[in-house]
Amino acid sequence: MDLSLSPEYEAFRKEVAEILSANAHLAPTPDDRGMKNPKRQAWQKLLIENGLAARTIPTEYGGFGAEPDILKSRIIAEEFARTGLPRAMSNQGISMLVPTLLELGTPEQKAAYIRPTLYGEMIWCQGYSEPGAGSDLAALRTAAVSDGDDYVINGSKIWTSTAKQADMIFCLVRTDPTAKKHEGISYILFSMETPGIEVRPLVDMTGAANFNEVFFTDVRVPKSGIVFAENKGWQVANATLTHERGMLGDPNATKARLVELVELMKRETVNGERLIDNPLLRDRLLKLQGEVYAMQANGLRITTHRLKKEGAGLAGLVVKLMGCELNHEIARLAIDALGELGVMYEQGEHLRANGSWQARYMYDLGLIIGGGTAQIQKNIIAERGLGLPREPKPAKA
Amino acid sequence: MEFALSEDQRMLQDSLNGFLKDVAPLDTIRKIATGDEAAGAALAAGLDDLGLAGLHVPEAQGGLGLGLLDACLVQESLGYAIAPSRFLATTVTAHAMRQAGDDFLPGIASGDIRMALALTELSSRRDGAGVAVDGDKLTGTSLLAVSAEGSTHLLAADTTGALNLVETPAATPMQTIDRTRIFSEVVFSGNARAMSLKPDDEVLAAARLLVAADTLGAAQAMIDKAVAYAAERQQFGRVIGSFQAVKHMCAEMAARLEPSRALIWHAAHALDTGEPEGLAMATLAKSHLAEAGTFIARTSTEVHGGMGFTDLVGLHYWFKRIGVNRQLFGSPEQTRMDAARLQGWLETA
Repeated sequence: MDLSLSPEYEAFRKEVAEILSANAHLAPTPDDRGMKNPKRQAWQKLLIENGLAARTIPTEYGGFGAEPDILKSRIIAEEFARTGLPRAMSNQGISMLVPTLLELGTPEQKAAYIRPTLYGEMIWCQGYSEPGAGSDLAALRTAAVSDGDDYVINGSKIWTSTAKQADMIFCLVRTDPTAKKHEGISYILFSMETPGIEVRPLVDMTGAANFNEVFFTDVRVPKSGIVFAENKGWQVANATLTHERGMLGDPNATKARLVELVELMKRETVNGERLIDNPLLRDRLLKLQGEVYAMQANGLRITTHRLKKEGAGLAGLVVKLMGCELNHEIARLAIDALGELGVMYEQGEHLRANGSWQARYMYDLGLIIGGGTAQIQKNIIAERGLGLPREPKPAKA
Repeated sequence: MEFALSEDQRMLQDSLNGFLKDVAPLDTIRKIATGDEAAGAALAAGLDDLGLAGLHVPEAQGGLGLGLLDACLVQESLGYAIAPSRFLATTVTAHAMRQAGDDFLPGIASGDIRMALALTELSSRRDGAGVAVDGDKLTGTSLLAVSAEGSTHLLAADTTGALNLVETPAATPMQTIDRTRIFSEVVFSGNARAMSLKPDDEVLAAARLLVAADTLGAAQAMIDKAVAYAAERQQFGRVIGSFQAVKHMCAEMAARLEPSRALIWHAAHALDTGEPEGLAMATLAKSHLAEAGTFIARTSTEVHGGMGFTDLVGLHYWFKRIGVNRQLFGSPEQTRMDAARLQGWLETA
């Protein structure tokens, strides 16, 4: 057990801190809206050139080209958290498509897509879930029928983030309706400008349209967009789904929220008494602090497993379930602590923290469901982590 | 950076687990719990032979010089096997004396001094309890003292929070739900102290952390038993572990406990290295494990169905050990209030 960093890493931390402080004046602010905002793109370019974004992506595709180093990635994340400066762009193109293309894309696909995606010039959306295929993703029915050098696609997708802004989609389609359900799926890339695509915003309980529905009617796309091979899309998708679950439940983000809540409870008063002096609220706060400590320590343990290139076992399998639940509970306490003012939303003189706790409370419930529901996570923990048998398939009638 | 157990630490825990599996199976624990003194003495002698008494005593004073992290691993193994042991009392005393010179530590390491612990009043002094000091003499009562039976000396907290080393006075066993360990009421009637130590938050934090480690082990045992039972017991023509209702109970237990393991390691390491956050972390580890342990104790019992409720299966020994640990050295609520105090949250702005 040794939580210290070697001099090499301490020097790296200093280097990162210097880059960030020298360029802080160039950072975009929350007013610089939009995924293709020039200020955001310029910041992303600066971060990539200094090795603070796209760090391990080869230079030939526009990355920084460094060797993977988990501790350096961690130090970079910590320095962004410490300075409060905006991190590198994170979107589904960067976090899910780019790793997939690096592993399985053709040379043409890599050359065409990776660089503009990294620089925020090309926005992607992910076409996975369908109205009839949620937890059972492999039941998807959107059909791609072969016609010469093209496919003709019909069907629909749901829960598609950023579909309105996206230039391109990476999409799972059924290319062989006669094969077993996992074996007739292909992973294909095509332009969102293609005729026959309709995007309808899906307004969620937060009041925002964080997601969309996407409808395909006779959408003709070239076969060259297939990644890896026809009917091998399930393997391609699995590589990236693992990645998505890893993104949800980050303990450092949870810690930051808890710190925010502690500050709120020290600052706000009710009947002239600080919220943190209310023994019932304080007890709930401390309960959550214990859980945050546990998830942080669990995160350190996982980092060490990854450094040693070992599987993290149960410690890794529980992160999405426990982390998302914990975030939700932190928001719930913030709302209860604010009481009547905790229900204020979106605007008003008496709004606290811009109404962010209500927005988080609702959005976090979405995250408990999305990216593999809590119930699916429990199946995974029990089956892969504890070795319990799968649910038997129902007998055919 | 490495957040993992060392090879030596894994070997320490593996060898202790192996020893306890052979020497302290449930049949033996059952004998001890129902009053077989010879069985208890044999287990205690076996544990003494492993040199556990000196684990946390510095090498200069004849001990192994290992830290609280190693001590937590030992306590976790004892909890897994629900074995009685003087280890907690000895280790906490060694920690309390870490800067007190070598008057007593060599005797503790050699086993000549056999320690008991009366710290309950540090966190929660009940009506009828409390120890006062007049000059060098102690008077009063301490409840739920740990390992008083067969001890030579006792580390007792007085009402000022200071700690006093005394020869063990008259002790009467207090019957708790947990028969795997003996807890006692000790009465001081002018007993002279041999040493006095100033109030020290780290002593209670270390004691609580070890109790949390004991719960970690006991709760892990209950999960292992539930998973094994769910994978074997058949109803409706299939093993019950293939039903999601049962499978999810097992997953929830594992999801609650696995991060707790890392928390114990982190808190112990933080105290060993003098990190300022260590006190709050160890204190919250106690309340966190109390909650996770309670959830696992009931859920594992439910997974076992009716059998979980019987004496036959003996699962109740773990259930009760976890139940006592939850209250020992402070209920979860009391413990969390102390964590607030340690972080300066009780001071009004």
